[in-house]
Amino acid sequence: MVELKRDSINVKIKELNSDIAHFRDLSITIGAITKETWVEPMGPTPYPSLTTLRSWDLKLLERYKPFYLPFCDLCCMCTYGKCDLTGNKLGACGISMAAQQSRTVLLAACIGASTHTAHARDLLTHLIERYGGDHPINVGELNVDIEAPLTRLVCGIKPVKLGDFEEVLDYCERQLTQLLSVTHTGQEGNNLDFESKVFHAGMIDHVGMEVADIAQISALGFPKSDPEASLVDLGLGTVDIKKPVILVIGHNVPPAIEIIDYLKTRDLMSEAEVTGICCTALDMTRYSAKAKIIGPISWQLRYVRSGVPDVIVIDEQCVRADILQEAQHIHAPLIATSGKNCCGLPDRTHDVPDEIVADFVSGKITGALILDPVKVGEVAVRTALAIAPKREKHKLLPTHDELIKLAKKCTDCVLCRRACPNDLPISYAVKAAAQGNMSGLDELYDDCVGCGRCESACPQKIPVHSIIVAAAEKKTRDERYRIRTGRGAIQDIEIRKVGGPLVLGEIPGIVAFVGCANFPKGSREVAEMCMEFAKRRYIVCTSGCSAISAGMYRNEEGKTAYEMYPGSFEAGGIVNVGSCVSNAHISGAAIKIASIFARRPLRGNYEEIADYVYNRVGAVGVAWGAMSQKAASIAAGFWRLGIPVVVGPHGTKYRRMLLGRSDKEQDWYVYDARTGEKVYGGPVPEHLFFAAETKEEAMVMIAKLTMRPNDTSKGRAIKLTNYIDLHKRLIGGMPHDVHLLVRKRADIPLTMKEDIEKILKEMEWTEHEIPDPTLLSRMIRKSKEA
Amino acid sequence: MPLAESWQTAEIPGPKKASLIIKPDIADAIIRRAKRPIMIVGYGAVEYEVEGIKLIECLIELANKGKIPVVVTASTAREFLNRGFSPAALMPAVDIGNRLTDPAWKGLDGKESYDLAIFVGLPYSMEWTILSGLKHFAPSLKTMTLDCVYQPNASWSFPNSTIKDWAANLKGIVENLGD
Repeated sequence: MVELKRDSINVKIKELNSDIAHFRDLSITIGAITKETWVEPMGPTPYPSLTTLRSWDLKLLERYKPFYLPFCDLCCMCTYGKCDLTGNKLGACGISMAAQQSRTVLLAACIGASTHTAHARDLLTHLIERYGGDHPINVGELNVDIEAPLTRLVCGIKPVKLGDFEEVLDYCERQLTQLLSVTHTGQEGNNLDFESKVFHAGMIDHVGMEVADIAQISALGFPKSDPEASLVDLGLGTVDIKKPVILVIGHNVPPAIEIIDYLKTRDLMSEAEVTGICCTALDMTRYSAKAKIIGPISWQLRYVRSGVPDVIVIDEQCVRADILQEAQHIHAPLIATSGKNCCGLPDRTHDVPDEIVADFVSGKITGALILDPVKVGEVAVRTALAIAPKREKHKLLPTHDELIKLAKKCTDCVLCRRACPNDLPISYAVKAAAQGNMSGLDELYDDCVGCGRCESACPQKIPVHSIIVAAAEKKTRDERYRIRTGRGAIQDIEIRKVGGPLVLGEIPGIVAFVGCANFPKGSREVAEMCMEFAKRRYIVCTSGCSAISAGMYRNEEGKTAYEMYPGSFEAGGIVNVGSCVSNAHISGAAIKIASIFARRPLRGNYEEIADYVYNRVGAVGVAWGAMSQKAASIAAGFWRLGIPVVVGPHGTKYRRMLLGRSDKEQDWYVYDARTGEKVYGGPVPEHLFFAAETKEEAMVMIAKLTMRPNDTSKGRAIKLTNYIDLHKRLIGGMPHDVHLLVRKRADIPLTMKEDIEKILKEMEWTEHEIPDPTLLSRMIRKSKEA
Repeated sequence: MPLAESWQTAEIPGPKKASLIIKPDIADAIIRRAKRPIMIVGYGAVEYEVEGIKLIECLIELANKGKIPVVVTASTAREFLNRGFSPAALMPAVDIGNRLTDPAWKGLDGKESYDLAIFVGLPYSMEWTILSGLKHFAPSLKTMTLDCVYQPNASWSFPNSTIKDWAANLKGIVENLGD
């Protein structure tokens, strides 16, 4: 019997008699037979298993021990429980609080990584059906040779065509099943082993994201590593509300593409508006610059309740679970397009479009599940055109008088404030509104994350979120911005240009603003941080909802971050790579620096590349509004590469930080690869996962976390200048740890020499050598004994 | 308003919950009993006013009278320095929280571990989670909060209070400490 699978050939022989032997139940498996086009020798860890990179993980975790912040004192995951794990109590299964917290982090990382990988699988399947498995991979024409750095690094293969990604996703799915099984009762019991597996889930997540984005870039004609990708409209105020309006929400773009194609092929693009929220919005503007982005995930309720959308099309991820009810309230039909998010709707996939459109327009149905993107395109457009005149933009926002009347119902029980994630002073604002003063509500609009918990909590049934949005109506009309659409990967030539300055520290670092919009004080803070670091000549990257938020603020000149700064991967650039799955291009850029600039072997060589990135590439991820499990897995993928991640104050709810201890000198020794000596490398980067209390604290920490033991004196001086300057300006005074960050006198910035020398003298500081740093003994070029 | 419920309604704690500080004398007794107290002050201290007086001024008086070293987090330092008060350290909240879980850590002055950590002014959920970390992983440390909202993961916390009651309590603590 011969089994032919996608990735292998299995030969099973029940019984075989030959001259040399007699075989029974013989099974032979031959891996995928592919034409080898990549001459680089295979590295030590292709397709790593759960434990292949464990020793690397434990090296990082030895330095960055978890500081646990239990968000729940109990475990309720099996019928032994609930178990009280307070203090040193153990659960009925024997699990400790530390292990339970890491187990929960692993669950979150598995959810996140599964979500991206499943997204990648659906997208790849769709694109292969549409364009064929032989469709070539092309992420940057001739400017990109290393097209899939994560796939090459982790899997050890060089994908050439879409079909090559099938086995990559097979691997990811196998690993995710293994990882999820680890969280079962009675499997892993050690907290650090759970943490190692968190890192593994993160690495898998980045591979899955890379597959998804490369597939869509290659097949759908998205910008191919284009620093001058189009500037597109962003904001509620950019929508022509006289036209029929379609809203798409989610992450998986094919239905939105089909909507645009249907409009284009019938020359209807000027007759309707295609608008979007979250990553589908970002991705559809990579396809058509005429599509418009309304805002990040937190704009869902406010935009829907404005009544502007005539038809709402959802796909997957970050879609509000009550979106059907919200759509019904404004009489807008809802089309669900993903098997992962059916909303309880009838499956109309196999019905003819005429019938579905007729049912929507007559009001016979308020929603439908349609699992065929092409059909979605036709139904959404035809329904929007037909229903718009009937709906008359039916909105859910109260008029001024209605608002006052509603506000007067408030009994000042403050349950709205107690439900608000940001503890916003809602009841004060409502009471003022009852007297006709809308300024408080108007101010809340900027900081509101749009969750709607205030409304659910209100015993008087005041539609609190709606009155906030109604009071800020003028602001919503003024939301008119420009964002550079997602450019995709970083060009090899860009890496060659910045690799040296980055590794030597002369470009102070890469700062990547990624993740969700659960911001403590609104979008503005992300935009301000982006502009500040671009102004300081860091390379700034953005993705997902953070990329959108970064564009929703104008400076004194009336320009957004994307209009102020170039989109190239260079000092002072603001590089929007694209949607959530485009995050892989940011980790990919760090990997490409090791591969292209430093010529480190890439193929199946994870540990060495991560060691290089950790010790030399001053990259920092910032997820200022991280909310989701996907944000957890994205962060974990950065951690395994040794890239620190900073989150906002809500980030402590991820249940643990990974913090270094700058006061423990013994924690910061590295091998000097030149001599094999173990030498002090300094407390850099100080943390791997850090929650900042305020934007100001975050900015100072970001500047500090870009330092690496390999920095040249010139580079360290530049990084210290930024760190000290930001500290003085935002925190006040000189930082307390300058003496730990200066290695030689040449590191001292000239303009701060007097102040720093004084501190060094007080701290009895002495010089120490700058090593050729590595955590891996095998990277020592000359052994000590020799 | 319920006195001993989490201020953030859904942030329900586990079986072990903070005891209520129902009058200033309790807080005073806790502070007096502590051999090595430390106070951690977050950015909220700058934003709150208690009957026309900035919370930060009240805290400075408390720290001076109680001889309590103060760690300031985030961008709070400048406000202390402007008032002629030098904090013992500037440190992010998660950093000081992490150090407090280390039984081998001998404090900012390198002498001895702390036995009481007084928190005030951090964002509610951040303080909630850090106090949870200390509840579970710093068994020798007692914690107290001076915020006007109930923090269930502390050892002792004020109840959810009106600003007026809170102001009276804080003034009472400061006055008693001067006795």
